[in-house]
Amino acid sequence: MHEMSIAMSIVEAVVAHAQKEGARRVSGVDLRIGKLAGIEPESLKFCFSAAAKGTLAEEALLAVDEPEGVGECGECGMRFPVTFYYAECPGCRSLRITIVSGEEFLIQSITIEEEGEQENV
Amino acid sequence: MCDTCGCSADGGAVLRKPGESDYLMHVSDGNHGHTHHHAGEVHHSSANVQEEHHDHAHDHHHHESTTRKIVLEQDVLQQNNLLAERNRGYFEARHIFALNFLSSPGSGKTSLLEKIIPLLQQRFPVAVIEGDQQTTNDADRIHALGVPVIQINTGSGCHLDALMVNRAVKELEVQDHSLLCIENVGNLVCPALFDLGEALKVVIISVTEGDDKPLKYPTMFHEADLCILNKIDLLPYVEFDVAKCRENAMRVNHHLEWFEVSAKSGEGLSVLQEWIEKRLSHH
Repeated sequence: MHEMSIAMSIVEAVVAHAQKEGARRVSGVDLRIGKLAGIEPESLKFCFSAAAKGTLAEEALLAVDEPEGVGECGECGMRFPVTFYYAECPGCRSLRITIVSGEEFLIQSITIEEEGEQENV
Repeated sequence: MCDTCGCSADGGAVLRKPGESDYLMHVSDGNHGHTHHHAGEVHHSSANVQEEHHDHAHDHHHHESTTRKIVLEQDVLQQNNLLAERNRGYFEARHIFALNFLSSPGSGKTSLLEKIIPLLQQRFPVAVIEGDQQTTNDADRIHALGVPVIQINTGSGCHLDALMVNRAVKELEVQDHSLLCIENVGNLVCPALFDLGEALKVVIISVTEGDDKPLKYPTMFHEADLCILNKIDLLPYVEFDVAKCRENAMRVNHHLEWFEVSAKSGEGLSVLQEWIEKRLSHH
């Protein structure tokens, strides 16, 4: 279950950035996970909440954008949507397809709450 | 669990060496070996690392605060990828040809290494990093061949990462102009995502598995450079279509180099040996 260790590294990166920015807490994390990235977003969300427990990102909402896969034909150069690593070019039937998009796995942005008034603990 | 001090190493990998039962090194804390001191501090648990920074209470809903969006566009695996590139640079500078061996449990990674290392060793020094959740069984088998070997026990982890390899290489005597075999944790899913800094990824399947495996686990086959079909001595006894399996693998990754071997009978090993030697001499 690699989603757990990945969730932990996301939390680590998010918290590091949030601290650098002087955040009091992180309210949102936007991820971009291509459909061919090999990551299960639902599983990742579940792991994220566990990994974020006790950190600045504990209550952060995780939003996941899932771009579709795009393949490019090595014979005729045509670009077309793919859902898998193997595909046939709809133009020339070639199987020499290179994935050009859909493998993204990025922390797109984070939304932080900054130090407002002095809070009474 | 750390055998020496009993501290929880959940989620934290450790290094072990065959024949050195008192050797133990934590990957996440490279500065201390088995002589480490625990002053009651909580470590080895990455989930807790940030806890100390959570110093505000639970009243953050009833006062004004400004929110701000920060664009990062940071690769999630950036830390691993950066470290993998450091490993890769180290390997290149020392002409170490690193191969990352990947497969499901039981397809014969260790048996293949046991057979091919003695052949390869005649021309190049060989070193091995073994990855498993627990035990030094595989490292013990490689140790018996007389090559330098270190075992990474990932604990609850399902894959090796670049940090574990980085630490392991520091503890292992790898010679210049040598072959470094990294045997990953038996798993066809997770290790595909983690670059270790290797020159090539080698995926192994055996004829006792299904010939549709490349279609079922496409990420791994897509990432691999070589595919080795093992246990071909069993072909007469199993329903496994070699041509179909190869075709499936090629559909997922048309750059795959394909080999058919039997680690048991030795069939096909010389072809693989020649290929590795050729690549190694040009590395």
